[in-house]
Amino acid sequence: MLQVLLSRWQQGYRTMAWPDGEAVVPDRLRGRPALRPEICQNGCDRCRGVCPTGAVLGTGGDLAIDLGRCLFCGECQIVCPAGAIAFTNEFRLAVSRREDLIVRGGNAPYRLAEPVSAPVLDLFHRSCKIRQVSAGGCNACEADINVLGTLAFDLGRFGLQVVASPRHADAVAVTGPVPHQMRLALEKTVAATPTPRVVIAVGSCAIAGGPFAGHPQVNDGAGKVAPVDLFIPGCPPHPLTILDGLLRLIGRMPAGR
Amino acid sequence: MIGAHLINGGTLAVNEIPVLGIDGFRGWVCEAVSAGATLAALFGHPLPAGAGDGAGAGAGAGKVRLVAVLTWPLDGCLEVLAADAGDTYRALTPDCPSAHWFEREIAEQWGIRPEGHPWLKPIRYHPSWRPGRDAWGRPAGGEILPCVTDFYRVEGEEVHEVAVGPVHAGVIEPGHFRFQCHGETVFHLEIALGYQHRGVEPALAGGPGPRTMALMETLAGDTTVGHGLAYAQLVEGLAGCRVPARAMAIRAVGLELERLANHVGDLGALANDVGFLPTASYCGRLRGDFLNLSALLCGSRFGRGLVRPGGVAFDLEPARVDSLKARLVPIVADVGNAVNLLWTASSVMARFEETGTVDRATAVQLGLVGPAARASGFERDVRMEFPTGFYRFQQVPVASLPGGDVFARAYVRWLEVQRSEAFIAQALAGLPPGPVRAELPGPLAPDRFAVSLTEGWRGEICHVAQTDAAGKFAWYKVVDPSFHNWMGLAMSLRDQPISDFPLCNKSFNLSYCGHDL
Repeated sequence: MLQVLLSRWQQGYRTMAWPDGEAVVPDRLRGRPALRPEICQNGCDRCRGVCPTGAVLGTGGDLAIDLGRCLFCGECQIVCPAGAIAFTNEFRLAVSRREDLIVRGGNAPYRLAEPVSAPVLDLFHRSCKIRQVSAGGCNACEADINVLGTLAFDLGRFGLQVVASPRHADAVAVTGPVPHQMRLALEKTVAATPTPRVVIAVGSCAIAGGPFAGHPQVNDGAGKVAPVDLFIPGCPPHPLTILDGLLRLIGRMPAGR
Repeated sequence: MIGAHLINGGTLAVNEIPVLGIDGFRGWVCEAVSAGATLAALFGHPLPAGAGDGAGAGAGAGKVRLVAVLTWPLDGCLEVLAADAGDTYRALTPDCPSAHWFEREIAEQWGIRPEGHPWLKPIRYHPSWRPGRDAWGRPAGGEILPCVTDFYRVEGEEVHEVAVGPVHAGVIEPGHFRFQCHGETVFHLEIALGYQHRGVEPALAGGPGPRTMALMETLAGDTTVGHGLAYAQLVEGLAGCRVPARAMAIRAVGLELERLANHVGDLGALANDVGFLPTASYCGRLRGDFLNLSALLCGSRFGRGLVRPGGVAFDLEPARVDSLKARLVPIVADVGNAVNLLWTASSVMARFEETGTVDRATAVQLGLVGPAARASGFERDVRMEFPTGFYRFQQVPVASLPGGDVFARAYVRWLEVQRSEAFIAQALAGLPPGPVRAELPGPLAPDRFAVSLTEGWRGEICHVAQTDAAGKFAWYKVVDPSFHNWMGLAMSLRDQPISDFPLCNKSFNLSYCGHDL
């Protein structure tokens, strides 16, 4: 017993200061890309040649990256001779609409996720329970959702909790490209979640199929099963990216963050 | 040995592989495994039209060749042999139980029936890859529902069945478990998988291409470096690429960080499953700290983007090496502090000891790999037996315990945690100078066969591939460690209370997607 108490003292207080304080992200984290279409050597097309998922939508003045498909591998940045693509370590990426995941150059704003509509927000603002369903997820998105429950992130301090039963849930967080083999189970889990409910697509697989997009064995994401209310891109998204999206969804993000 | 020899990461010309008659093939694989070899892979691949016996144009069309990859730990070499199968052959499994899951896969993928297989059911529930040939005579084009099969049933008074999944209570991948119980006691557990089938192997044929590395890094997302490294080694062998020493060292650091994160996470999860919250809580945080060290290397907590054919995509400048070393010290201290609470807590030890025992004979027969094998006294570790890259210069002692119970699987992880920490500290102290990546000298050599093994945190990862005349993958075979180990979990539940299932399951912590591919 004494040893347990001593270890409690040694382990210290570890919950991060964010979102009230600053977030600590790795300097090499590949987050939201910054694009400079004006210097893109239109026609070189190397970025599109190396992209595993066809996420680079256009070149030259139309240079754009679809973060829904992007795996954040950074290969396009490496091959770009002009330096028109640079992944920054901006981790705030979650959006409410699929089309908002398309990053363009210049001063085009990136519209981060908005809270759920007013009557639902009243219900979810102080307590939102999440049922996670892995449908072909590779266990990376799952791990970075799980880590939110640890004392480092302490999901519970925001009224958020991952629950076992869909009957107890307000939100269904889907990971993976939704293989045909998992489609029925996912449909049943969503249907078992009482309304009003939200569906969250975590990771590029759940948004657009990820590296499995177009495989005949998968459905290319959660959107084929249910309308998605929150898109959290990444392969996998950094836990802060996921938490940022969840806090925006339930209107708990401090002003200015 | 009858088959062709090669070393880990080596290649052979396709025509160097002896193609035996199916009886000779069967006989030698069974004999070799009983003589101490292990079965790293046993699978079928389609023969191109014109190949195979008969040699006339079109003779090979629709035919399947069986390939066995055997590992000989004492010789440090691999042996490859092949045979052309008809639509049926005499199953190896009755004489070589470690072939059991491989033969079910062969039956499902190619519609070939291993006659006499004691447990011939699908493993992933997808249609045959050879249209019109189905091992169970199911109609072509008919719907195949996942995990709808003839489950093993125990009949009798007060015997009852518990079915769990595919959607489980936690944040975990899907699978289906059927328990045959008498009261609390589990007579038998049958595990049915396939929900995670994403079609990775068929998609790899025709590569390498822009998507290949991404598919490798997501085969099993918690084993990104393990699978990425197995693929990189294989491609480097086929391209004749020499990897710089500094890249080898950084790869090994990445692989050991992956092991540390997962082992520490597992120790925390085991503590959680017996309600011992201090260690559960601390290890959850510490696991993340190791993931953050991987992110320090390459920006991704799972090591994505680190390993690339020819080396690694990120160098470690001196300040980053210092930062890595400095951050490792307090994490190592905190891990020791958190984990050592387990071994002195009688409430933990009472649950860990003599729970879910898999004896050595069973582990050897099933061909278990990784910590699960080593915890049953079956000492096998690719890093020691078939070392590649940096492991040829710096060894990791193999951690092993004889008990085979949950305690042994936990304690082997703890031993491995300490050895990986020491390994990383030593590697960082003597990081070789020079470049971190070499360009592949050219396209892959045509018509060659390659095998690559790595020791992922769950155990032996085996990638096998063959190039066609154009130097593209004719086919690509992946064997995740979980493929060998799921039956080990089923065996650990025999005569256990069903309430110990979560604990036994966590002590194996196997991959669903790595199995389902």
